[in-house]
Amino acid sequence: MAVLREPGSRYAAPRAHTLGLRAIVLGLVAIGLMVVDHREQHLRVLREGLAAAAYPFQVLVHSPVAGWEWLTSNFATRDALLEQNARLKAEQQRSDLRLLRLEAIEQENLRLRRMLNAVPPAADRVMLARVLRVDLDPFRQRVIVDQGTRAGVSKAQPVIDATGVFGQVTNVGPYSAEVILLSDTAHAIPVQVSRNGLRTIAVGTGDPLRLSLPYLPRNADVKPGDELLSSGLGGIFPAGYPVARVTKVERDPSRPLAIVDAAPAAALDRANEVLLVWYSPPAALGAPKAAAAPSGTTPAQATAAIPPGASP
Amino acid sequence: MNAERTAPRPLLYASSLVALLLSVLPLPQWLAWIRPDFLLLVVVWFALMAPRAGGLLFAFLAGLALDAFRGVVLGQHALAFVVVAYLVHRFHLRMRMFTLFQQSLFVLALLWLYQFLLFWIDGVTGHPVTDWMRWLPVLTGAMLWPVLAGFMGRFLSRA
Repeated sequence: MAVLREPGSRYAAPRAHTLGLRAIVLGLVAIGLMVVDHREQHLRVLREGLAAAAYPFQVLVHSPVAGWEWLTSNFATRDALLEQNARLKAEQQRSDLRLLRLEAIEQENLRLRRMLNAVPPAADRVMLARVLRVDLDPFRQRVIVDQGTRAGVSKAQPVIDATGVFGQVTNVGPYSAEVILLSDTAHAIPVQVSRNGLRTIAVGTGDPLRLSLPYLPRNADVKPGDELLSSGLGGIFPAGYPVARVTKVERDPSRPLAIVDAAPAAALDRANEVLLVWYSPPAALGAPKAAAAPSGTTPAQATAAIPPGASP
Repeated sequence: MNAERTAPRPLLYASSLVALLLSVLPLPQWLAWIRPDFLLLVVVWFALMAPRAGGLLFAFLAGLALDAFRGVVLGQHALAFVVVAYLVHRFHLRMRMFTLFQQSLFVLALLWLYQFLLFWIDGVTGHPVTDWMRWLPVLTGAMLWPVLAGFMGRFLSRA
């Protein structure tokens, strides 16, 4: 192969004598960045700037997919639209009926709360955000959404979709935010079995269709089909949203804990639109002090406050 | 007289941008698992062919950009990129004498080292990924190397 030379260089390996030194300096800078960044918060400004710089590229990557979706939705056949319309109308009627019932229950609930002298739950505010089609890392369950600090999004904010809890915001830029899904191995959410109020923690497995409940004792009252709601402990997620449905309960006599799996209620692997939720955690209500972790703590810290396998 | 050739600077920007976009392009799951580390291959190529233009600082910045894109702890890819780029710099004269196959083997070793560094940092920062499939991009990256080297080589201008 021909000897390669670059303009201005006298020999093929310029500045070779300082190569090792430069490598060590840059390596140390990288390690310093990692240490500072891993301790959270210190690099918020830099992270926000980087997220802002990355956003146009992410939109660029997303645009072919968005274009294709636009095309297919524009050229949907009349039959398909009619069929969809009919289905949505039926769904709306069902929802209306349910809503009527719910309103009555809400009124009753409010009255009871007032009788108990309890603080009424703060009204939730939600905002729609689109999920950008950007692959981050096949082994991490994270997505980018197209709303950021400009829209008031903040770190550790809960994210839901139409069917259940989706995840929480881990990083925010001005126009975009990174959301960690329930199924990420680094994520855990305090949940409650709706049937009997049993409290535990659902941990991500890396598989978008499976959560694991590793802290339930073998004799815990849980069975396949049980619905898991967010318990509101930990102070990050609002209480009462569907999280998952138990799919498998295995009680191995040789183990102190049951092996329990659950399927997430939200469409973690195929949601196009999600809702960012604002709510004020009802700190004055029943939640024990130890469990009401301040916002901004990582899920691991938040869950550490609750004893594993806590039962009512 | 083809003794002296240069790698044009626009190529540096264009190829790293394309590689960065390719590294986050939405792909079906099975393709995402074997997605080669495009950006690292570009960095290796420049460290090999144009060690001055594509120096260690370039490797560092490329790694940092990938950190920002992937949303991992800042500096993770930057460190791994710098280590790999240093090794390529150190051996670039020797590497140029290799046949494409030998180069691919060397790149295989570099990619393995890169993945190992990422794996190690993942573990230290508390997000261990123990799935064996994370090592697949090492193989696909090494297989992609001859294609990339041949393709990028066409853009080397004669001086």
